[in-house]
Amino acid sequence: MSGEIAISVRGLRKSFGPKEVLRGVDLDIRHGETTVILGGSGSGKSTLLRCLVGLERPDAGEVRVLGTDIFSADKKTMAALRRRMGMAFQAGALFGGMTLSENVELPLLEFTDLPPTTRRIVARIKLGLVGLEDAIHRLPSQISGGMAKRAALARALALDPELLFFDEPSAGLDPITSAELDRLILELQKVFSVTTVVVTHELESAFSIADRVALMHQGQFRVVDLPEVVKEHRDPVVRDFLDRRPPSQERDAESLLRFIEDL
Amino acid sequence: MFGKALQAVGSATRESLIQTGETWRLFAGVCSRLLLGPFRGERLRLRQAIGYAVEAGNRSLPLVALLCFLVGVIVSLQSAHQLRTFGAADLVADLVAVSMSRELGPLLTAIIVAGRFGSAIAAQLGTMRVTQEIDALDVMGFDVVSYLVAPRLLALVVVMPCLAVFADIVGILGGWAVGTTALGIGSPAYLQRTAEALELQDVWAGLAKAMAFGLVIGLVGCQQGLATRGGPEQVGRATTRTVVRSILLIVVVDLFVTALFYVGG
Repeated sequence: MSGEIAISVRGLRKSFGPKEVLRGVDLDIRHGETTVILGGSGSGKSTLLRCLVGLERPDAGEVRVLGTDIFSADKKTMAALRRRMGMAFQAGALFGGMTLSENVELPLLEFTDLPPTTRRIVARIKLGLVGLEDAIHRLPSQISGGMAKRAALARALALDPELLFFDEPSAGLDPITSAELDRLILELQKVFSVTTVVVTHELESAFSIADRVALMHQGQFRVVDLPEVVKEHRDPVVRDFLDRRPPSQERDAESLLRFIEDL
Repeated sequence: MFGKALQAVGSATRESLIQTGETWRLFAGVCSRLLLGPFRGERLRLRQAIGYAVEAGNRSLPLVALLCFLVGVIVSLQSAHQLRTFGAADLVADLVAVSMSRELGPLLTAIIVAGRFGSAIAAQLGTMRVTQEIDALDVMGFDVVSYLVAPRLLALVVVMPCLAVFADIVGILGGWAVGTTALGIGSPAYLQRTAEALELQDVWAGLAKAMAFGLVIGLVGCQQGLATRGGPEQVGRATTRTVVRSILLIVVVDLFVTALFYVGG
């Protein structure tokens, strides 16, 4: 399986009004690998992720997930495909009225014939995997941001997915909790060899979990390669991003004068 | 200035046309899931629907009781004043019975349910949209219309006629209270007049209206909730819009159903 293409993206374009967010994106994601999509705010990485899981319809282009073209597939095929994917949302997106255990049980209740006791055991195991076995009866409002992200991961794992998507896993977390979550992603990936796609802007987190790094800039990939290759890349945009240098804005006296006049 | 005003009118019209389209699409989606779903092996989610029906009933019942009793009192007092001049004060019973069962019972119930439960639907779904819970359901492979919309609509279509019957009874009770005390009509005479005045068709017309109103409240609440974008302040806007739009549509639907029954005799 490893080395084969799990997700292939070709010529993806998406605009919101006059703003073109994705400008012809091509990407191959291999089975069993962790691909980190890296990019600054507004680079289009979150929109790309939403297209990969079918939440956003592109204006043009194709996304093939596990061999299925997700934008021409019928509802039934798509529903079946979605059961093979799991996604952990940025803020967790846990169902507020349900305990953590019920949150994890929900997909099991909907898509399997497991009896209630087994469902509860599976939920306990999944929450145990992410270190939340003591919080299974708590409501999402009673846990911290880091715990919510871990619970969301447990829910994403409920149906033993082949593909796992993470939207900004370390956003809003302190460095230690963030590192813990990275370690968790790495461990899960090693144990279950799930194909994992992570969207983030955190450099440290990206390079600690990635098998492959894809750096996005203004709706296109500047580089897609192994982490060590990306780290040494010479492309100025890549360098600016990795060295945390804001793009240089040269402003001579004349342009400044024009700006003031325009005001 | 004029151009800007024209542009504002144009974009508002476009927006409301889009929302109308979305509401119809939701209606078609729910019909297909409720009517054809069971044949395709889909779950009807009756337990969820019963839960929502109980919630809608609990939220609205006390207010429906109070409001309809008071309106029953008001209608009887107002009409007694007019009818007395013709020496026909005992017709108050007829008037209250017919106006409550055909018109006021279902209408007042619908306005209260729109405020109490329709707004709650928009707030629940809007919050779920803003916190990405609906995206999460989508990604997990849930059919959002069948999971979130259909049970709420089913609950409203069932609970609205029940509430309307209750509203009719309480309203008539209000009329009876005035009739037997202020107007001096004997209790047995009042009740007998009420029974004679009420025709089965009046009750049916009222129940048909109540069902239609339930559908309107559910569809508007769900559409507004699901269409919420942006932050929490948009959830507030969605709930307000739900109440305003529901009441407007309820009156329009009321007119159509009334006209239909009038033409149909």
